[in-house]
Amino acid sequence: VTTTRAEQAAAAEAAVGGGTPPGPGARRRSDARDAYLFLLPYLVLFAGFVVAPFLYGVWISLHEYDFSLPDKPWVGLDNYVGLLDGSSPYFDTFWQSMQATWIFTILSVPLLLVLPLLVALVMNEKFRGRNVFRAMYFAPYVLGVAVVAVLWRYLLDNNIGLINHYLGVLGLPSDTAWLTSLPWAWISLVGVTVWWTLGFNAVIYLAALGEIPGDLYEAARMDGASAWQRFRNVTLPGLRPVLLFVTSVTIIASVNMFGQSFLMTQGGPGTETRTAIYQIADTGLTNFSSGASAAMSMIFSFFLMLVSLVVFFLFRERRTEGGPR
Amino acid sequence: MSTDRRDDGGRRLKRILQYGVLGVLTLLFVSPLLYMLSTAFKTTGDAASPDPQWIPENPTTNAFTTILDNEGTPVVRWLVNSLLAAGLQSLLIVATASLAAYALARLDFPGKKVVFGVIISTLFIPPVILLIPNYLITSRLGWLDTLAAVVVPGAAGAFGVFFLRQFFLGLPAELEEAAALDGAGRLRTFLTVVLPLSRPALVTLGMLSFLTNWNDFLWPVYVLFSPESQTLPAGLATLQNANAVRYYLLMAGAVIASVPVLVLYAAAQRYVVEGVSRAGLKG
Repeated sequence: VTTTRAEQAAAAEAAVGGGTPPGPGARRRSDARDAYLFLLPYLVLFAGFVVAPFLYGVWISLHEYDFSLPDKPWVGLDNYVGLLDGSSPYFDTFWQSMQATWIFTILSVPLLLVLPLLVALVMNEKFRGRNVFRAMYFAPYVLGVAVVAVLWRYLLDNNIGLINHYLGVLGLPSDTAWLTSLPWAWISLVGVTVWWTLGFNAVIYLAALGEIPGDLYEAARMDGASAWQRFRNVTLPGLRPVLLFVTSVTIIASVNMFGQSFLMTQGGPGTETRTAIYQIADTGLTNFSSGASAAMSMIFSFFLMLVSLVVFFLFRERRTEGGPR
Repeated sequence: MSTDRRDDGGRRLKRILQYGVLGVLTLLFVSPLLYMLSTAFKTTGDAASPDPQWIPENPTTNAFTTILDNEGTPVVRWLVNSLLAAGLQSLLIVATASLAAYALARLDFPGKKVVFGVIISTLFIPPVILLIPNYLITSRLGWLDTLAAVVVPGAAGAFGVFFLRQFFLGLPAELEEAAALDGAGRLRTFLTVVLPLSRPALVTLGMLSFLTNWNDFLWPVYVLFSPESQTLPAGLATLQNANAVRYYLLMAGAVIASVPVLVLYAAAQRYVVEGVSRAGLKG
């Protein structure tokens, strides 16, 4: 409601101010006024749901902040210290959830970078039905994580699931507990995530491949470059800017994994597949230990930002090495 | 792409291989969905049978009527809620971000660098930091368990502003200057000149925002709790909790959740896929 009202105000202002032919000084002043009006609706949202919660989060993390209790005493850095030196009751569960997050990220990111690229390379040619195939591989992403997870929990059921049935038909073990034992729970979570999001990355790769000029390949072929050399020296450099985008988006998505584990394994077996996000949400929103949960989210974010920096510089380095562009 | 026909046999082999790979992939992507559809029409016993029935032996719509008659699982309502949440949020994002981005791209004003710097720096804040405080803020606003909770807070992210500012900077300024000389105000220039020129970027941002909201799971699961206010992801989680291994019910729920979406997607497929594919090129 606030935004539409603000927009109406902006519209009214602009309609009134629009008629006079502006001199240079007046122009600049009206520029500034218009700019603030244009910015206002977004800044209201931004202040309320980004800046305020950020500061509020820091504040909460410095208190023993239990949503359901009247007293919320200041504890300084205790929430952080407890999570680092083991004196917090959440110490074990938190670091186990951090470990679960890294396991999932390390297993899923390489697959989510390479498999969609292979699919995109196979599809990077004009042929009949190309758009239909492309749309089909993207479809699971449109269905959403809940449909995908509910469906795969059925297919992976150890007693009546399709997967175990067909493994049995092939003469392989047909009683694997895909969702309740290790390492299978991880393999299931990673596999389902690949099924769900492969199309997303493939579509982005495919668009980038289409932007690489065909004559670069022609020239490479004239020079007698093999298929691998063409891939290495034409395709990969052409994909570099998009690779940075896809890599960051994929890492961020994997590190924030929650729905798959919540719906398919309920964090199990035990709490083995309970990711950091899962733990943070559970601590803060189910147990209402907001202080501890806020501190966890800060520590988690610290590591996530380190990873992002590494990715960023890895790509930057290579780009300068690669010469122009 | 290439037109040389040095090696027709090799080309044919390559094409066969290509269609082979695509065929296997298609099977991997389509067969789970077909099996979901099939199970939704099975009896309790057939759905729990260890021998897969790709075509139900005793087809029944029992699962659908059970779900739709149950007041605790209003799947159609969830679907409507999800469409509303994703649609309204992407509209809100496109509207507010385009206005703000235009000011940052084209207008001069004191404090511009600071405002832009602060907005951009929040792109690097992992959203989980905002989870607990935003929950408390949403709760204080009295928005828990309402549509506002899944529309407004999520629209505040900086990506849209950043993305559209980049796009606006790449537009030629002459047209806007011409409109200004004709006496058009800022807002009119923006609405009648800038926005029409920016349609591809607006569609891309809208699609990305829609899909992000549509696929969001954590937030709706915690801020929506009564059956009639839930979105699909939150609702399906409830359905699953209540029916652990009654897969015929779960699959019927999933089918109701999927079919309208897949129909919409089939119709707007080009815009969805092309919207997403441009995100990488501009980013």
